[in-house]
Amino acid sequence: MVDNRVMTIVEALSGKRIFITGATGFLGTALVERILRTISDAQVVTLIRPGRRATPAQRVAREVLKNDCFDRLREEYGDRFDELCSKRVLAIAGDVTRDGLGLDDDGRRILGTCDVVIHSAAAVSFDSPLDQAVEVNLLGPSRVAEAVARAREAAGTNAGTNAGTNAESDTPRSPTHLIAVSTAYVAGTHQGEAREELLTQNRFSLDVDWEPEVDAARRLRDDLQSESRRPERLARFMKAARSEMGAAGDHLLAARSEKLREDWVKRELVEAGTARAQALGWPDAYPFTKALGERALVSRYGIGFARAGDEVPLTIVRPSIIESALKEPRPGWIRGFRMAEPIIVSYARGLLKEFPGVPEGIIDVIPVDMVVAAILAVAAKGPDPTGPDVYQVASGVRNPFKYGRLVELVQDWFTRNPLYDDRGQPISVPEWSFPGRGRVQHQLERADKAMDAVEKLITSLPLRGRQATLSARLEDRRTMTKRALGYVELYGAYTETEARYRVDRLLDLSRELDETERESFSFDPAAIDWETYVRDVHLPSVIAHARVRTSPGKSAVEKRPERSRKAILSPDRHLAVFDLEHTLIASNVVDTYAWLASRHLSAAKRVSFVAKLVGRSPSLMALDRRDRGDFLRSFYLRYKDAPVAQLEEDAWELFNLQLMPRSFPEGFARVREHRRLGHRTLLITGALDFVVAPLRPLFDDIVCAHLGTTDGRYDGRLSELPPIGEARALLLADYADAHGLSLEESVSYADSTSDLAMLEAVGFPVAVNPESRLAAIAKRRGWHVEHWEKARGGSHQLLPLGPLEKGARRTRSHHTSNEHTSNEHTSNEHTSNEPDGTLAPSYRSSPGGRTHVGEMP
Amino acid sequence: MSPRPGFVLEVDRSTPPVLFWHGESFSLERLPEGSRVIYAPEPLEALEDPRAKIRDALETPLGDSDPLRALLKPGMKLTICFDDISLPLPPMRSPDVRQLVIEEVLELAAQAGVDDVVLVAALALHRRMTEEELRHALGDRIYDAFAPNGLLTQHDAEDRDALIHLGETDLGEDVEINKRAATSDLLVYVNINLVAMDGGHKSVATGLASYKSLRHHHNPKTMTHSRSFMDAPASELHSANWRMGRLIKESGVKVFQIETTLNTDTFPSNFAFLQKREWEWSLRDRATFAASSSALSRTPSRVARKIFHSIRSPHAMTSVQAGEVEAVHAVTTRNVWEQQGVEVSGQSDVLTMGLPYICPYNVNSIMNPILVACLGLGYFFNLYRNKPLVREGGVLILNHPTPWEFHPAHHPSYIDFFEEVLTETKDPVEMHERFEESFATDPWYIHLYRTGHAYHGVHPFYMWYWCAHALEHLGRVIVVGGDPAAVRRLGFTPASSLQDAFEMAKDVVGFSPSVTHVHVPPILMADVS
Repeated sequence: MVDNRVMTIVEALSGKRIFITGATGFLGTALVERILRTISDAQVVTLIRPGRRATPAQRVAREVLKNDCFDRLREEYGDRFDELCSKRVLAIAGDVTRDGLGLDDDGRRILGTCDVVIHSAAAVSFDSPLDQAVEVNLLGPSRVAEAVARAREAAGTNAGTNAGTNAESDTPRSPTHLIAVSTAYVAGTHQGEAREELLTQNRFSLDVDWEPEVDAARRLRDDLQSESRRPERLARFMKAARSEMGAAGDHLLAARSEKLREDWVKRELVEAGTARAQALGWPDAYPFTKALGERALVSRYGIGFARAGDEVPLTIVRPSIIESALKEPRPGWIRGFRMAEPIIVSYARGLLKEFPGVPEGIIDVIPVDMVVAAILAVAAKGPDPTGPDVYQVASGVRNPFKYGRLVELVQDWFTRNPLYDDRGQPISVPEWSFPGRGRVQHQLERADKAMDAVEKLITSLPLRGRQATLSARLEDRRTMTKRALGYVELYGAYTETEARYRVDRLLDLSRELDETERESFSFDPAAIDWETYVRDVHLPSVIAHARVRTSPGKSAVEKRPERSRKAILSPDRHLAVFDLEHTLIASNVVDTYAWLASRHLSAAKRVSFVAKLVGRSPSLMALDRRDRGDFLRSFYLRYKDAPVAQLEEDAWELFNLQLMPRSFPEGFARVREHRRLGHRTLLITGALDFVVAPLRPLFDDIVCAHLGTTDGRYDGRLSELPPIGEARALLLADYADAHGLSLEESVSYADSTSDLAMLEAVGFPVAVNPESRLAAIAKRRGWHVEHWEKARGGSHQLLPLGPLEKGARRTRSHHTSNEHTSNEHTSNEHTSNEPDGTLAPSYRSSPGGRTHVGEMP
Repeated sequence: MSPRPGFVLEVDRSTPPVLFWHGESFSLERLPEGSRVIYAPEPLEALEDPRAKIRDALETPLGDSDPLRALLKPGMKLTICFDDISLPLPPMRSPDVRQLVIEEVLELAAQAGVDDVVLVAALALHRRMTEEELRHALGDRIYDAFAPNGLLTQHDAEDRDALIHLGETDLGEDVEINKRAATSDLLVYVNINLVAMDGGHKSVATGLASYKSLRHHHNPKTMTHSRSFMDAPASELHSANWRMGRLIKESGVKVFQIETTLNTDTFPSNFAFLQKREWEWSLRDRATFAASSSALSRTPSRVARKIFHSIRSPHAMTSVQAGEVEAVHAVTTRNVWEQQGVEVSGQSDVLTMGLPYICPYNVNSIMNPILVACLGLGYFFNLYRNKPLVREGGVLILNHPTPWEFHPAHHPSYIDFFEEVLTETKDPVEMHERFEESFATDPWYIHLYRTGHAYHGVHPFYMWYWCAHALEHLGRVIVVGGDPAAVRRLGFTPASSLQDAFEMAKDVVGFSPSVTHVHVPPILMADVS
């Protein structure tokens, strides 16, 4: 250690090559920016996981350099910014979860030339599954150290105690210094003093052997994977998928149930991580795996701990909760949603009524620029040649910030600057009563369960349109409650922290800096004025990032649908596809059938027949929800032996008297608007051809179901696969190909999850009067939603009944009037008998003859 | 006792409240002292033996025409055209006049051995009639004899093959009408002449025409120059139809015109109080008024609509004349005037009227806001001779619920007109230029008109043109008790009570305005000096 000497970071690091993992993260991005901006000629090497579509260099450009963190630098350099980046930022492909970091020879060579390695990659998310946390947080640091050791070996420099005297090579270089970023919370939350010392020296720390934990986590993952594939489990996932999406089709249901399976495994692993961590005295898996990671790193690579060939000069830096920047690159800069932000936003939205914590407890927060400065100071100072070194970057001891004060400041701020709900009303923030954690958790769990029950009920109700959208909003609230519950479970412990993280060594380090750098690379927590920080720096930044409404009035909410409607009606669209039932007309195949089948019955019989059929419709609809294809196949059997000509004629009457009065005029207007815009229009429906015949002029094309015929009568069998469910996606693809249209540029309108395939097939899906499941899906995916209604004055008839025929023996005909529409046959052919009482509906055909359509097949 | 003529009452302190229609309901309103209330003449006596009178008319035609019997020959092509569902209002009790007349015509045709007979409902651009409506107009016997064989047809103004272009008038107006009718050896047209505008050359030239032909007189220019269109000599609409009618005659189309007039015995006895003068109401009238208005106030509007539309009017025939079109129509117009005419001296600042549940275009249907405007500003406003009842720049106060409701099968293009056109402009000329053609030629509307029971796509425009004269003449239109949003969409001012409406009117016509109320039913025509 070099004491009593003034050190400058800028000089010490100038011209150095610095390797950074986790550059796409919050801390990593700030590190890259600070180095580029303040340390001349220092080069940054970033380890980047190659994406599916992007090279590491592209990912760095997109995910790091584009961030507003670099705005200041970009402004300073202007046109030369790109040049600066390409000269000083190098991206190499690799992954901290793979042995050897997944580096290729080139990567290893480059790593061998680096002077400093800053390992800041971590799985910080509270819902990290145990296996992932173990791979990244526990094994990650060791993998980095291992790679450093091997790379130096190959480059011919040795790490270890003799490093300082290493003079064999022509350009003598000191061995690569590994700085591992950990967390102050490795020491746990329930103890007094946490000093800047190795965990092995800490008398409160449990001596946990890390290797069995790794094995156990990996075994658990494998066990859960097999468990999740057991038939009973799979059946449960399938059932859940079905209840969520209805008859969306096999492929989509399979995809959904596989997703549910993966989620289940993940959830179990998250729970297992928390449970294991708490059993050993940590609040959750993050500090637990970080702690074990430190132990593993030190024991395997620490000087004085590891085998001679493996030794790497190490420094561990432990920040507490990292929050938005105090000054650098600008006050309030933050990347992504950190820990406290979701809590603050939930509170400001009135969602989190209570948050546990003790008012006099200390909340240990540290601005990101201080952490960056501390790390760079550590890098400048160089490693302790005698063994691993530890620094903590925390505020709790030097400049304590009481939880009660934070709450006061937040409450005060949101009272002055309220958020607004979607009606443009300000949301008033609740008084925080500092309840115990147990109580809040219990309340939230209860709310969650209740909402679960409500949602189950709602998705099982036949809701449509606006009501269903309401239920989608409920779903929103539920997600938020769930999230809030997550925060309480996870972060509750941090607000009740009793540990005091000492920073004596950090302050010593600060004193070593010269005057100017003590200012420009400030990391003394005493410099933070908490009131200003919360009020003027942190909260405005959080709110700006949260995409919440900060102004009254309705305009902001109305803009989105208006915009998406414009996109839908852009002349650039190619094709508009429409579903029929409940999308354009409030009717379904059962109604249609009931109307047609009862058309020629006497007054008494028709009402009982139709009432009976409608009474059955819940069970029919249940079958419909399970499998639309099966439903149509069995239901259409009812048309067996019905005379073709008669039905074709009656269908016109059905259209005029039953369907038109139940149509949605806005829907029809929309079809015609698409046509006016030059889009092709297509109706896809599982309804029968003769039923939709009157709609033919509305569309360019119609794809519908057809029944087979023999001797002028329907045989009740579908003559080809009906255009329903997933068949629609294929059909659309074929149709688009045949007409040279792009589905990406097309719009489709449908009302139910059974049409999901056709909605997903196009670039512009529109949910029309969605039933609750589809409403939830549309809400999640940000699909445009239309609420189309029957014309005021449209049909309110309860039973689908046609006009009563006058007199049983009267000849009737209704297309006699306009010659061009009259069908060739005249009505003589159905003049005869009324059906007798034993049979339900009946179509009369040839004189005296009688055919039956009806009774459950 | 012979029926009393119409008269004008001046409201004083002793005048009881006056009846106002309000759609499917009615109310009694007190009018300011000094207001005038115009009452129609009482219903004329019915003809004693209508069938005999019809036979007489067919035997003794007017003008330059042989008796019908002489015009019928074996092997000839005969087409009988008749007015559609828009007449009379409300639909009359069976037997309908059309049934009576056509049965007589068919009897003569049968005697003469004519077997090529086709019936045509003269729809123009109206909706096709349903089987039930046709049966009501013609009777089961005629329906069952003709319909099953395709010999009962409804005019289709969009069937290119079923139309014939007869030429252009001196003013370049196309005359294109129903081909079967035009190419028959004889065209018999059976009219019900409810108001003065009905009949004459308009029967064939309008009732059997295509859009191409109709657009020459169904447009804002013609309508603003028809003052009123109920008064033939002052009506450009009438002149255009006469030019066309004469061209039709010159093209060799032989028309035998039969016109009938009805008395104004409009409502059955349980609603008799509607047509009585309020101070003459009996105890029974008062009781039925009180009972029915309180019952109606508790009835959902859908149900009330159903009840009212099931009313069959006791109208009785007061005259029938047949023969050459113009000679026949001259007599008819005189007869209509005799029943409906009331002499009124001078205009007033404010005109009030209660609008009923029905107009020519919503029989068995819904009176949508556009039809409310048309009935008030088109029909009732124009029931005058010489001068409108209200001065130029005056205020018209309508009493009607004006619900935002449309019949989706009957009035599909009205829905879009209301959403797409009236939101852009209320000016008849502007909408004529900007929007008419796209509605008139829209294939979907044409499809619905031809195969369904929909009014033609252009029809809502005609309804608005009907209002053109009144829109130009009036300073403001106030609708009492209407759906405010719908009323505003029409460009009118909503008011919640008649008193409020009078207050609002003062902004336009000044303090203590003169007020005239047209008491309907029954319908009347004012001769304003």
